[in-house]
Amino acid sequence: MKEKRFWLRTVILAIMLAAIGYTIYSNVFVEKKAIQVGDSAPDFVLTDLNGNKIQLSDYRGKGVFLNFWGTWCKPCEKEMPYINSQYNVYKNEGVEVIAVNVGEAKVTVQTFVDRFQLTFPVVIDQQDQVMNAYDINPLPTTFLIDKDGKIVDIITGTMTEEDVKKYMERIKP
Amino acid sequence: MEQVKCECGHVNPIGTVLCEACGKPLEEVPALLDMRYEGSARRSQTYNKTIIDKIWNFFSSVKVGVWLIVITLVASAIGTIYPQQMYIPPTVSPSEYYEQQYGLLGKWYYALGFHDLYSSWWYMLLIALIGVSLVICSLDRVVPLYRALNNQRVTRNEQFLQRQRLFSRAKVEHDETAFRNVVDKLTKRGYRVREENGNILAEKGRFSRWGPYVNHIGLIIFLIGAMLRFVPGMYVDESMWIREGEIKEIPGTNGKYFLENKKFIFEVYEKEKEKEAFQAAIDRLGSGMMAKNYQTDVVLYERVGPVVAGEEPKLKKIKSFPIRVNEPLKHDHYALYQVDFKLDELKSMSFHFTDKETNKSFGTITVDLIQPEKEYDLGNGYKVQLLSYFPDFYFDENGNPNTRSKVPNNPAFVFKMFAPDRPKGEVSFTAIRQTIEPLGNNKYKMAFANIETRNVSALTVRRDFTLWILGVGGAIFMIGLIQGMYWNHRRIWIQRMDDEVLVAAHTNKNWFGLKKELEGIFNDTPFVMPIDQADKRS
Repeated sequence: MKEKRFWLRTVILAIMLAAIGYTIYSNVFVEKKAIQVGDSAPDFVLTDLNGNKIQLSDYRGKGVFLNFWGTWCKPCEKEMPYINSQYNVYKNEGVEVIAVNVGEAKVTVQTFVDRFQLTFPVVIDQQDQVMNAYDINPLPTTFLIDKDGKIVDIITGTMTEEDVKKYMERIKP
Repeated sequence: MEQVKCECGHVNPIGTVLCEACGKPLEEVPALLDMRYEGSARRSQTYNKTIIDKIWNFFSSVKVGVWLIVITLVASAIGTIYPQQMYIPPTVSPSEYYEQQYGLLGKWYYALGFHDLYSSWWYMLLIALIGVSLVICSLDRVVPLYRALNNQRVTRNEQFLQRQRLFSRAKVEHDETAFRNVVDKLTKRGYRVREENGNILAEKGRFSRWGPYVNHIGLIIFLIGAMLRFVPGMYVDESMWIREGEIKEIPGTNGKYFLENKKFIFEVYEKEKEKEAFQAAIDRLGSGMMAKNYQTDVVLYERVGPVVAGEEPKLKKIKSFPIRVNEPLKHDHYALYQVDFKLDELKSMSFHFTDKETNKSFGTITVDLIQPEKEYDLGNGYKVQLLSYFPDFYFDENGNPNTRSKVPNNPAFVFKMFAPDRPKGEVSFTAIRQTIEPLGNNKYKMAFANIETRNVSALTVRRDFTLWILGVGGAIFMIGLIQGMYWNHRRIWIQRMDDEVLVAAHTNKNWFGLKKELEGIFNDTPFVMPIDQADKRS
């Protein structure tokens, strides 16, 4: 009788605690994003400025530094040269950069790329499909993807050159 | 140890105030009995041993429950003092906004999470604790109440009867006909009459006592429904802007559905077009001032084949539909609602390639403002290159032309114009009502010719699998409320003790109604109508 009461109360309390814990955890401590660290990165195909198809799954075995940006976004503009210079170091160590522009006009993107002499592939997400798949907001957002296609980290906000270097080091295969 | 035996022989749980069977007070009680929960043992008070019991007992207190509600109320009230996060300008950071606007109080307001109250962890915790309190309070009361009502005997302890609020005691000769008459009257009024040795317990509306608990079950289901919104896939709430003529992926559908905006229609009430009867109303507001219709004619497509983001989709048409306010497009549990619009967004601009002196035109180019061409060839050696394009142009802090966004609100171009007599080309910066020739005087200019515009529609994408749970919870809540509100649990005891007859009556609410009913029953009978002992006192 006493035993039964104890277990009954324990079970009821435990169920309620679990429900509350889950709700608060998933609401407050997890970003409400469709995509999380540890997920495998959704595959995508986009065309770069030279007309080449860039498909993420072709990059298996390499670390991918996936950067979402727009020409109007000042922090993006600031970190682009850093990414460019670190890319020139790390591309020989198996780290690739894909910069996904958020659907601007090709002319606008081309002007930007020429101005900063970017050497990595820049693709344009014309229909917002990749933006939706990666649930992008705000800009810039960078996904660090390891050689197995897993998302290692998601960075929002400006990076210093030191940061960029550190991040590329993390996804070096 | 854990049980108390009454002199009537019934064994009660420890902590019982009134014997479940005969109603004899087992503890010191006031002259008039407190009949709430039938004097049963609230189980929480009975045991207080382990930590689990202690937690349980804490939440079992109605006082605690009421305090939780009061705290939540106060917090909600404080949350209305300054605007919630969703109402502050979207361009400013909330961490700075509240302090700048409201000083130190604003800073704390933000730090404590009042700026986004419904999502702050402690507010959610409060709601959750109210839920816990609801469950435990109910369990701890409904079980003993059920036991007590189920175990009650017809023949009651004298103490129990004389301490009821409605009570009378009188010498009455035994009269079988009169007795039967009363039983008949009770039965006619819907009472279930139990007899035992010439004593009567008449009872009706007992199910009304379960009303509050049914109501609480509804609330709990409602809370569960609200909680399920946070489970991935149960609730989608996205929005999309779509221009006329555009085909776009519908966000929140994982790349499965696409939408085409055929046309956005905005209509107003105009004097000439409406019936006579509406003229006065239109006059009051002014013709064309009142919106009549917001409508987006769309085509819904499903993607065929595997989903790879970014790939040109193969689409299968599902249906055409006019989305209007409150008339969403529904498919596969998704609903698309009309929510906003923008009229006349720039679509393309045309320019004449013109000699500045003679004003002679050498051809016209049309620049698409979403995806402009790099080069426009006009033939005969005349051509235009687009060097830069700024869809939403402004001069940034360094004095350079830049764009605020990718939306063509204020387009500006850097053209390079080639002519047979200008083979190296002339550069011209062209914006709306503004031309700058950065490399000296040009012979030619791009003269503004025309614009094309189109409308943009905003839609909300929603899928909600929790709605029916909220509906069920709400319905049960209402049933419980009605059950407890519109029925009363009434009991009448008639008990013979030697040459006296004791009459007592109890109801859980509406004493006036019970008294009226008693008058009807005991009129013209030898029994004495019970007197309200609460009246006598005051």
